[in-house]
Amino acid sequence: MAGAVKKLELKDVRKSFGANHVLRGVNISIEKGKSLVVIGGSGTGKSVMIKSVLGIVTPDSGSILVDGQETTKLKGKDRDAQMRKFGMLFQGGALFDSLPIWENVAFGLIQGKGVSRKDAYDLAIEKLRSVGLPSRVAKLLPAELSGGMQKRVGLARAIAANPDIIFFDEPTTGLDPIMADVINDLIVETSKGLGATTLSITHDMHSARKIADNIAMIYKGEIIWHGKAADIDHSGNPYVDQFIKGSAEGPIKMEV
Amino acid sequence: MSMTEQQDDAETARGFSPVVWLLDLCTRIGATLLGFLGAVGRLSAFAGRGIYHCFTPPFYPRLLWRQLVDIGYYSLPVVGMTALFTGMVLALQSYTGFSRFSAEGAVATVVVLSVTRELAPVLAGLMVAGRIGASIAAEIGTMRVTEQIDALTTLSTHPFKYLIAPRLIAGTLMLPVLVLIADVIGVYGGYIVGVYKLDFISENYIHRTWEYLTAEDVISGLWKASAFGFIVTLMGCYHGFNSQRGAQGVGAATTNAVVSASILILIANYFLTQLFFAGK
Repeated sequence: MAGAVKKLELKDVRKSFGANHVLRGVNISIEKGKSLVVIGGSGTGKSVMIKSVLGIVTPDSGSILVDGQETTKLKGKDRDAQMRKFGMLFQGGALFDSLPIWENVAFGLIQGKGVSRKDAYDLAIEKLRSVGLPSRVAKLLPAELSGGMQKRVGLARAIAANPDIIFFDEPTTGLDPIMADVINDLIVETSKGLGATTLSITHDMHSARKIADNIAMIYKGEIIWHGKAADIDHSGNPYVDQFIKGSAEGPIKMEV
Repeated sequence: MSMTEQQDDAETARGFSPVVWLLDLCTRIGATLLGFLGAVGRLSAFAGRGIYHCFTPPFYPRLLWRQLVDIGYYSLPVVGMTALFTGMVLALQSYTGFSRFSAEGAVATVVVLSVTRELAPVLAGLMVAGRIGASIAAEIGTMRVTEQIDALTTLSTHPFKYLIAPRLIAGTLMLPVLVLIADVIGVYGGYIVGVYKLDFISENYIHRTWEYLTAEDVISGLWKASAFGFIVTLMGCYHGFNSQRGAQGVGAATTNAVVSASILILIANYFLTQLFFAGK
């Protein structure tokens, strides 16, 4: 869309681990307030792409722009300031198992923003309620919660600091279909509520259709299709067609 | 027939070549040496980053306090028991040896010097390596494989400041405290055996204990302890932080942390002893 403000933009991002070329020139952008879902099979570079944006992995070359600012070379306080714009829901939750639920949710507020523990506790309770969890879970440890509840806590942690951009890594993996749909609804609801831009990676097409404004497909470290979510069934791309049908027949050959 | 089998057959057909064998040997030695130097480089860089983050804000006093208690207070029983029985055995063994030269009177001096200069720091270091090194590697390794360390980064928290620095500081500070206590307990173990089993007169044993003991004997042991505490926590952090995926990776990290810390303690002990006591 001409003139639309790009919140996040990746230009020719490349990353290799030894001889394994994971990202081979990723080009993609997300407009402010929009939700982009990147679909693709296992080992196609989805996770490395998202970790490159987050600064967990340093790209070999290319450019990652957030609000028009180059971020790949950021260090120290500049990197910290950048990170405060981000929220992230990890695939396995990645909750700190030695900390109670409320402290997990409020971690970024206490450590990153210097909010007092008392205020952080109140904010954590508010965020837990916003993802449908009662205040009584606040003092439990992550191991005492079910997988679905842990995912909700992860979501509460991701949105706790009211981030500009939220990343979702396989948000529905490991959940039953009903709980997966509940999480999808929560993701849409909380993201829209915050007015946040979101980048999700998944291979769950139901989740992708529900969350996305736009969908892109990554294959062998390159974006091979990018369009509106509504157009995914008429992409005209045989790779996308095979993926959304979940068919073994087609141009994508699985290595077994 | 596979490619490798074909190559083996071709080499067998050509016969044994000493030049090829020598080149192969050199290649293997070179690869091993490069691997070793690479590992030393990675460990040195990790240690350098760890030390840097010990001295730069933000600091986490709550986490530091937790580590001080965990490494210091909770290691006290195991270090204390080790010191007590080491002191007792040392008194028995040195008495057996010295009695053959009618030098039983030197038992108290040998016990106190051995305990303060060598045994307390080295044994405390090894015991803490088993207890704390393993625990640090397992905890940080699990955090690595469950993406908790990545989560720290996304929450604007530097993993080195939050995980590594408090442990390095606590290990470096608390091991000397443990060793000081182990010195007292170890010497007391020798005293118990000396007085109640070997029939030394209490006043004489105590007098002999103090007679040749210098501040340097104790202080050198504390410096060693500080170095060993750093080594134990560094190896735990390093192997945990670089843990590979899965439970097997965490298990390997734990084993590597204990083994490497133990070996490094013994090697460092030699060089520190030479540094403190060379020519004396």
